[in-house]
This record gives sequence, C-alpha cells and structure tokens, in this order.
Amino acid sequence: MTAGGGEHRSAAGKFVAGLREFYVAPYRRTFARAQRDEDDLFMMIVLAEMMGVPNPVSYYTVELLPVMYDRFHEWHRRMGMDHSPLDYFSCC
Amino acid sequence: MNSLILAVIGIAMVAAGYLLYSKYLGRRVYQLSSSFQTPAHEFRDGVDYVPTNKYVLWGHHFTSVAGAAPIVGPAVAVIWGWLPAFLWVTLGTVFFAGMHDLGALWASVRNRGQSIGTLSGKYIGARGRNLFLIVIFLLLLMVNTAFAVVIGGLLVSTPAAVIPTWGALVVAVLVGQAIYRWKLNLVAVSIIGVVALYSLIILGDNFPIVLPETVLGLSAEAFWVLVLFLYAGLASMLPVWVLLQPRDYINGLQLFIGLGILYVSVLIASPQIVAPAYNTAVPDGTPSLVPLLFVTIACGAISGFHGIVSSGTSSKQLDKETDARFVGYFGAVGEGLLALGAIIAATAGFQTLADWENVYSAFNEGGAPAFVDGGASIVNSGLGLPPSLSATILATMAVLFAATTMDTGVRLQRYVVQEALELAGRRIGTVPATLIVLAFGLGLAFSISADGSGGMIIWPLFGTTNQILAGLTLSIVTVMLMRLGRNPLPALIPLIFVFTMSAYAAVVQMGTFFADGNWLLFVLDVIILIAALWVIIEAINAMTKARKAPLEVDESAPVERDPDRSRER
Repeated sequence: MTAGGGEHRSAAGKFVAGLREFYVAPYRRTFARAQRDEDDLFMMIVLAEMMGVPNPVSYYTVELLPVMYDRFHEWHRRMGMDHSPLDYFSCC
Repeated sequence: MNSLILAVIGIAMVAAGYLLYSKYLGRRVYQLSSSFQTPAHEFRDGVDYVPTNKYVLWGHHFTSVAGAAPIVGPAVAVIWGWLPAFLWVTLGTVFFAGMHDLGALWASVRNRGQSIGTLSGKYIGARGRNLFLIVIFLLLLMVNTAFAVVIGGLLVSTPAAVIPTWGALVVAVLVGQAIYRWKLNLVAVSIIGVVALYSLIILGDNFPIVLPETVLGLSAEAFWVLVLFLYAGLASMLPVWVLLQPRDYINGLQLFIGLGILYVSVLIASPQIVAPAYNTAVPDGTPSLVPLLFVTIACGAISGFHGIVSSGTSSKQLDKETDARFVGYFGAVGEGLLALGAIIAATAGFQTLADWENVYSAFNEGGAPAFVDGGASIVNSGLGLPPSLSATILATMAVLFAATTMDTGVRLQRYVVQEALELAGRRIGTVPATLIVLAFGLGLAFSISADGSGGMIIWPLFGTTNQILAGLTLSIVTVMLMRLGRNPLPALIPLIFVFTMSAYAAVVQMGTFFADGNWLLFVLDVIILIAALWVIIEAINAMTKARKAPLEVDESAPVERDPDRSRER
C-alpha cells in the first residue's frame, strides 16, 4: 500500500502499483486520521488512572505504559503542549 | 462545419498551450526547479506528504477536478453559438485554467504545501481566511444544489439511467468489500466493477424507471432532488472505504472510458455541426453573451475549484517541482478536452438546425440533457450502439460525475460548517453539521422553484462564485510573483479579466433576479457581489504592498543541495 512503487518492477507491475495508488492515495489522509482517533482513545484508556479515572483492567494496561511513551509525546505536541501535561508521565 | 475539424483545431490549440505556454510559465514565470525540495519530500509522512509518480498524480488531479460542470456549462453556453463557447474553452484552458492550476500548485509547493485558504491569510491579509470560508461555503452550497437539480433532471429525461445510477452504489460497495475484506486483486476487481457498471447500463436501458408525475406531492424531479440530498447526507457520514473511495475509483476509470467513447465516436462519425457559429437569433430572455458566457462556462475554461484540489492534495504529493507542469497544466488540458467534447455533442449531435433550436428553446434549456441527446446520436453513428443505449451511457456518465461531486461537496461543506462554528467558539458534531448542510441545500433547491425542478437558474451564479474563488487564487499567485520581482502579467491579466466578468455578471444577474422578484437569489447574489468586491479590494491592497516591499529571494536559487535528497527516491 505504500507509495511510489518499486523501481525494479516490470511495466505491468508498475501499472498495477500505479492503479493501486490511484485507489488508495485520495483517502490515505482520512484513514490515517481515523486510526489516530482510535489510537488516542486507546491511549486514554491506558492512562485512565493517571487522570483519576478508575481502570478495572489496570493490571493489564500498566504493561503497556512503556509502549505509550512515544505516542504520548507525539500526542501532546500535536495538541500544542510543549511538555507533558501529566505529572507522573513525563516523556520530555 | 465538420465537428472533426473543430476537435482537431481545439486539441491542437490546447496541445500548443501545453507545449509552448506552459513551458514559458514553467521556465520564466514560476521558474520551476527540479532540484527544489518539494513538500512531499521535505515532510514525507506516508499519509499526506507522499512523493507520487507524475502520471498517477495527474490521474488523481484530473479525476478530482473533472466532473459534471465542464459538461453542463458548455452544453448550456452553446446557446450563443458554438464559436464563443469554443474560443472561451480553448483560450481559457491555455491562458487561464492551465496557468491558474499550475500557479496554485506552484504557490502551494513553495509554501510547504499549504492550502489556498491558509495562503490567502498569508498573502492577502488577516481577513483573507474568513473571506475564503465565506466564498467556499457559497460555492459548495451552489455546487450541491445545482448538481442535485442536474441529476434530477437527467433521471427524468433519461429514465433508463435510474437503474445504473443507483446500481452503481451497490457496485461501489461491493468493490470496497472486495478490496478490503476479501483482499481480491485490484486489477480483477476493477475489470469486474467496470463490466458490472456497463451491465447495469444495459439493464437500465431495457428497464427504464419512469416515476409518476407526482410522488408524495412532489414533481418527479423534485422527488429525485430530495432523495439525492438524503443519500448524499448519508453517504458523507459513512466511513469512506465503504462507499466514497471505491465510487471515486470506479468513476475515475469511467471518466477515461467515457472520454474515449466520445472522442472515438467523433473521429469515426465526424458529424456536421448544425448549430450556428454565432447565434444571432437567441431565444427571448437569453442574457447577453458578455459577461454571462464567462460564468456559464466556469469549469473547462477556468475554475477556482481546481485551486482547492491543487493546493489541498496534489501539492503535497508532487515528486519534483517540474512535474507541476504536467500535473497542473495538463490536468486543465484534460478538463478542456472534456468541455470541448461537450460542445461538440451539444452542437453536432442533432440532425437539423430546427432540431437544435427546439432543444435550445430558452436559456438553461440545453444543458446536460442536450449533451446526452446530442452525444448519443454521435455515439450511435460512430460506434453503432443503439441510440437509447448510447443515451443511457452518456446520461449515466454525467449523473455519476455529478453525484460523486455532490457526495464530496456535502462532506466538504460539513467541514466548512464545523470550522466556521469553531471560529465562532462552538463545537458541533457530524450529524447536526450534516443536517445544517442538507437544510441549506434543500432549502435553496426548493425555494428557487417551489417544486425544486427549476434550479438550473442558479447555474450562472455558481459559475460566478467559482470565478471569484479563481480570482482569489490568482491574486495570491500575482502577489507572490510581485514579491519575487517577476513578471506578474501572465497572472494579472487573467485576474483582471475574471474579476471584471464575474462582478459584471453578478450585477447583470442581480437585475434579472430583481425583475423576476426572486428575492432569495437576489440576496444570495448581493452577498456574492459583496464577497467579490471584498476580494478585489483586499487583492489590490496586497498588491500595492507587494510592489513597495523589498524583493524576496527565491529560496530555490541553485546554491546548495541537500545531499539526502538523491537517496530518497
């Protein structure tokens, strides 16, 4: 699904890659946005307890905290905050 | 005159435009540089910013900008004779549309891929952004209304198109499922999809669905308008992969097939043009050619909508800046050829002058049905398809274009409503925003004519708004050229022409609406005229400032190269 297509492919391969690009490219952004929204929701669930919301499955989500670091950093930058807004979760 | 000669002259003109004028624009005016790092490379993220092969990108760009408008506009405008429409489409494509689309692409590429909306804030002034929102809201409102009316009219005049029109939705949904759920091969799915679409056309041709005179107390056309808006509202809220994405895709393929059918038929049949070159006996009530021709044919000659596509998506995917010439300028050429096809269909597809005059009995009487009738008889004599099947193919083609534009239009207008309310400090969800959009569209469709069927009256108004948007984009391009100390005339002359004609057209139409007591359109027209004058004043202001300001340095001047650039391909 990635763009550009390979350089070593045959003409037919290039045509198929171009056709696929013709299909996916106009909506790539829409899909990425939707995925980002889902990811944000998931992150909120994982970080629920830090915001004072009781989390019945914290036993499992706590394991995911390290995975959230990069994503959380990206999120607070995207929201226009230079630093982490959570006291106990400082990524930068 | 033989239509084949007209087609050859037209194609030669736009081809010369591409080979010569766009070369001049690319070298001297925009000074495109193959070593400039485009936003697609600079901000490459695999989502918005993706360097794309120029042919694929052209395919997207062309199918996004080409729709029903370059068919309907010319098919209405040939009422003044074929020569004015022909000249405006060809010269417009060469000196206006190509220059404008390429310019919008360049302006955006040189500004980190920002959209015309943001650029108008940057180059025109702080109020530029609000102004842009107003213009785009009006434009989308009129696009949605006009296209709903065009489709409603076609579904009544060519009832054979009803089954393929709605069946195409089923095909699109199945294509979407085949790609994402069943993971089938795209080439196979494309072939099956196109075959299915054409089978539906044959099916519809055998089983035309004629609605009774009145449905639920509405005329048949008004009923279709209502159904279309409800459909577009629903479609715009569905996840895009379910319907819109496969629909856009199949439509894109259909566009190339349809254009092919039309031009091959003209080549084989080479019918005589029956319409006069310059119609001296226009029906009563036809407005004057100047300025109305220049807003009736908007898309196909110059269209502000292209600037939105150029700066919104294409600019973020441009692999090399020099590709802009092919993507932007040649995209406009493609649309010009579609408009030229519509002119030929609507002037050469009739047996006698009397037949033609019967169809063009009043202003706005031709339009899409004339394109379908005329085109069908050309396809019939060219490819030997039965007349009714040819008509169904062309009607379905026009309907699908208009319907896809409407789907996207309703969706975009929802974003505009949400953005405008956000500026006013309120947040609003998808459903209420969509309801607002539908209320505006249906309200406009049903208030211009009580049963929603006479909506073509707003066509020139739509063209006017579209030209004002083009004027806004051209102002940005002119200001940028002035700031760089380059020759602004290639942008400035079209800009002055477009502004003059659209403001003049708004004034002329205002008189007509006043005389007819059409107060809603009168008020709408006043708003459009105020927006136009506002754009003009802001643009003049920005240009005066740009002339006085010290020259900017072209950041792409070949000094140092990013060594990483070569590795990225």
